[in-house]
Amino acid sequence: MHACEPIAGLRSHGKGANRTILDCLFRRNGGGKAVFLPPRGPRAPAASLRARFRVSGAVPLAADKKGLEIVTTASSADHPTRRDFLYVATGAVAAVGAAATVWPLVSQMNPDASTVAAGAPIEVDLTPIAEGQDIKVFWRGKPIYISHRTKKQIEEARAVSVSSLPDPQSDEARIKPGHDQWLVVVGICTHLGCIPIAHEGQYDGFFCPCHGSVYDTSGRIRQGPAPTNLAVPPYTFVSDTKIQIG
Amino acid sequence: MSGPSDFQPTNPALKWIERRLPIMGLMHSSFVAYPTPRNLNYWWTFGAILSFMLGVQILTGVILAMHYTPHADMAFKSVELIVRDVNYGWLLRNIHASGASMFFFAVYIHMFRGLYYGSYKEPREVLWILGVIIYLLMMATGFMGYVLPWGQMSFWGATVITNLFSAVPYFGESIVTLLWGGYSVGNPTLNRFFSLHYLLPFVIAGVVVLHIWALHVAGQNNPAGVEAKTEKDTVPFTPYATMKDMFGVSCFLLFYAWFIFYMPNYLGDAENYIPANPAVTPAHIVPEWYYLPFYAILRSIPNKLAGVVAMFGAIIILAFLPWLDSAKTRSSKYRPLAKQFFWMFVVVCIGLGYLGAQPPEGIYVIVGRILTFLYFAYFLILLPLLSRIEKPRPVPNSIADDVLAKSGGKAAPMVSTVIALMVAGGLLLGGAESARAAEGSTKPPAQKWSFSGPFGKFDRGAMQRGLKVYKEVCASCHGLSFVAFRNLAETGGPGYSVAQAQAFASEYKVKDGPNDQGEMFERPGRPADYFPSPFPNEQAARAANGGAYPPDLSLITKARSYGRGFPMFLIDFFTQYQEQGPDYVMALLQGYEDKPPAGFNLPEGSYYNTYFPGHAIKMPKPLNDGQVTYDDGSPATVAQYAKDVTTFLMWAAEPHMEARKQLGLQVFVFLILLTVLLYFTKKKVWANAH
Repeated sequence: MHACEPIAGLRSHGKGANRTILDCLFRRNGGGKAVFLPPRGPRAPAASLRARFRVSGAVPLAADKKGLEIVTTASSADHPTRRDFLYVATGAVAAVGAAATVWPLVSQMNPDASTVAAGAPIEVDLTPIAEGQDIKVFWRGKPIYISHRTKKQIEEARAVSVSSLPDPQSDEARIKPGHDQWLVVVGICTHLGCIPIAHEGQYDGFFCPCHGSVYDTSGRIRQGPAPTNLAVPPYTFVSDTKIQIG
Repeated sequence: MSGPSDFQPTNPALKWIERRLPIMGLMHSSFVAYPTPRNLNYWWTFGAILSFMLGVQILTGVILAMHYTPHADMAFKSVELIVRDVNYGWLLRNIHASGASMFFFAVYIHMFRGLYYGSYKEPREVLWILGVIIYLLMMATGFMGYVLPWGQMSFWGATVITNLFSAVPYFGESIVTLLWGGYSVGNPTLNRFFSLHYLLPFVIAGVVVLHIWALHVAGQNNPAGVEAKTEKDTVPFTPYATMKDMFGVSCFLLFYAWFIFYMPNYLGDAENYIPANPAVTPAHIVPEWYYLPFYAILRSIPNKLAGVVAMFGAIIILAFLPWLDSAKTRSSKYRPLAKQFFWMFVVVCIGLGYLGAQPPEGIYVIVGRILTFLYFAYFLILLPLLSRIEKPRPVPNSIADDVLAKSGGKAAPMVSTVIALMVAGGLLLGGAESARAAEGSTKPPAQKWSFSGPFGKFDRGAMQRGLKVYKEVCASCHGLSFVAFRNLAETGGPGYSVAQAQAFASEYKVKDGPNDQGEMFERPGRPADYFPSPFPNEQAARAANGGAYPPDLSLITKARSYGRGFPMFLIDFFTQYQEQGPDYVMALLQGYEDKPPAGFNLPEGSYYNTYFPGHAIKMPKPLNDGQVTYDDGSPATVAQYAKDVTTFLMWAAEPHMEARKQLGLQVFVFLILLTVLLYFTKKKVWANAH
């Protein structure tokens, strides 16, 4: 601690004043190899600042005169360990408080309770969807495609060798067993979030107009920049003609 | 800001930056090496407290703006959604709303300190004027912020204050239309007020930078009022002033947190929990407490234009203070007469604040005129006169001499002043209270509530029974539109399970749609749905209830209040009594008399109620013994029904009350620990300087 005498003060013209309180607070007794910096070399920036204040101030005011004559009186501690403990404890408690304060300030950005409640599961009646037709429903603000696939579409989806796909996944893994004709996928392109158009593209599945990703009749990526297949949302068959999404 | 610094960073990267932008040197010379007089007392920590408050208000304000909707139809609801649904939304709103009061509280102390110690005198005139500009900006910001929740006081406050400008000769009406963006206060007004309320704090921050710059050029004033001459007179800003300021801020936080966690509505007006209604003016338009003195001046002058001029003049006159008071001695400590008149002036200001909350009639008007005269006389007659006739006591040679002269017993006047100020502030608030008390009705008896006090919790059984009473009785006329079925299963609520809440919801029919055919349809309620209102709109409700509009009950326990009078409101601050609303609702439900007292003229279609303001209520006696069957063995009496339904409605008005009080306890334990530690740290640091 003995090395910390001139805490943050100005001793005389161009000397000292280089350490902050933190330097002193967190330096242990043993390592008292405090480095005093040599007197400053080029003093251009600060000096010009001073000059500017002088000019605009016209009259030299009090601070200008006394600023360079201050001596800091922080003397070395009589009880270094006790004092250090007090400072460290205060700093630690303050830091804990600051960290705890950040929590609500960040947490408020998460979805609020009404948004969460509005994201509850929805039920969709499948009876009005004819074979070869698909509908779009919204769940949690995302469009969900529900396709009633034709025999031909199912066969196309299963004819391709899984290992040749960019994101290998079998058609069976993407539908519910016993409900082969129903494909339920999140209608958001896995590239950058555009909405692919159903029944378009060379694989009779989906085509994303934004950057040309092409998905097949199982919603798997076949061509284009998208890295993965269209996501399958969590859903279950409540009955043969009704599903619950979410 | 205080001139050149010898600061040089050791790190080569920082060195590289410092040579190109000497920002670290600037910070170092402004907030580390900057010499501050060593005799500053704790009144000087309010500058740091104000900087801190500005930061808090900007931070919480920016966050609240992420969730708030500035639209006349949605603003009120969006504020309620912030409080109910956003994570910690209730906390953020309480911090911001109480923060406005705390900000003004601190700025008034800061201003009176400047007044007492002559901090406006040469060479600090520009510093002082910048402060007056900040104060004006604060008033504008505070006023526009108060409009945003779009309650009754918001709306009518906006109407009254914007109408001040109609006093301007010839252009008045055009100016007011320009401010409104319409023919009356409405959605465009709300929109622009939101925009400006967001902008002005940053303007304030800019002027604060100038204020601090000017301060660091002139150097700080001090209690002795003599300039620092030698190195013995000053200590470096860090660690001395920094630690002292941090301790001051920490003490202030304790005071502030009391409002945030325990008395969030103590400084507000119950009327503002009623959505804005352009057709009905509240019985008493009372501005927030911090505007009351100027409001009193406005009302004291019988001429419209003169009143407005006097009100603004009362603030503008502060900017001329450096020239009105030409006394050579700065600090009132050495001015025996000025000192006494200063305290009289403080009393005049508090008196004006009290009058600002009173109805403008009778003796209040006369006293208001006398105090208005005294306010201006202090600046225009007294101060110029004093500076000519007063013989000041000798000032100390230097700050160091001043410090040596008093070795102890300095805290005593500070403490007594704080107590005096708190009593005075209480009087001011009490003024606002008694205005509400004067509405001519019997005061409801104070009840014992399980949810009152710092450890209060809701009685689950009472809430469940209360829900039943609401559903079977109240719901036939009153809505509960801010409460969702899902809330019934939330922690701190009536304690139902999610499945129970779902089952409860499915008993309701909720209108939804349109479906694929474009038609609206009814479906069973879901947890996310809100309690359906019994009437589709206000007109239908009025038509079915003999012209009266049964209010929505979501906020009724917060939207109703009554004055507690002096000195109860002061005691209430310490006992945390804030159950005026529940007391009133419970009393009202039991306050029906079959026969009005002799001489009372009961209008056709009304009923006599002891506690209803004016006593003639349109609602027939809603509860009778045995009307609702309880399955838990509680007595089926009106008294029990009233207590249960009021408990339920208190929860409906503030579903996170338990969370608020719980977090409050934790925060207080923390803040007390921090304050004690900072006190000792500050003491240790200053031990070197004494």
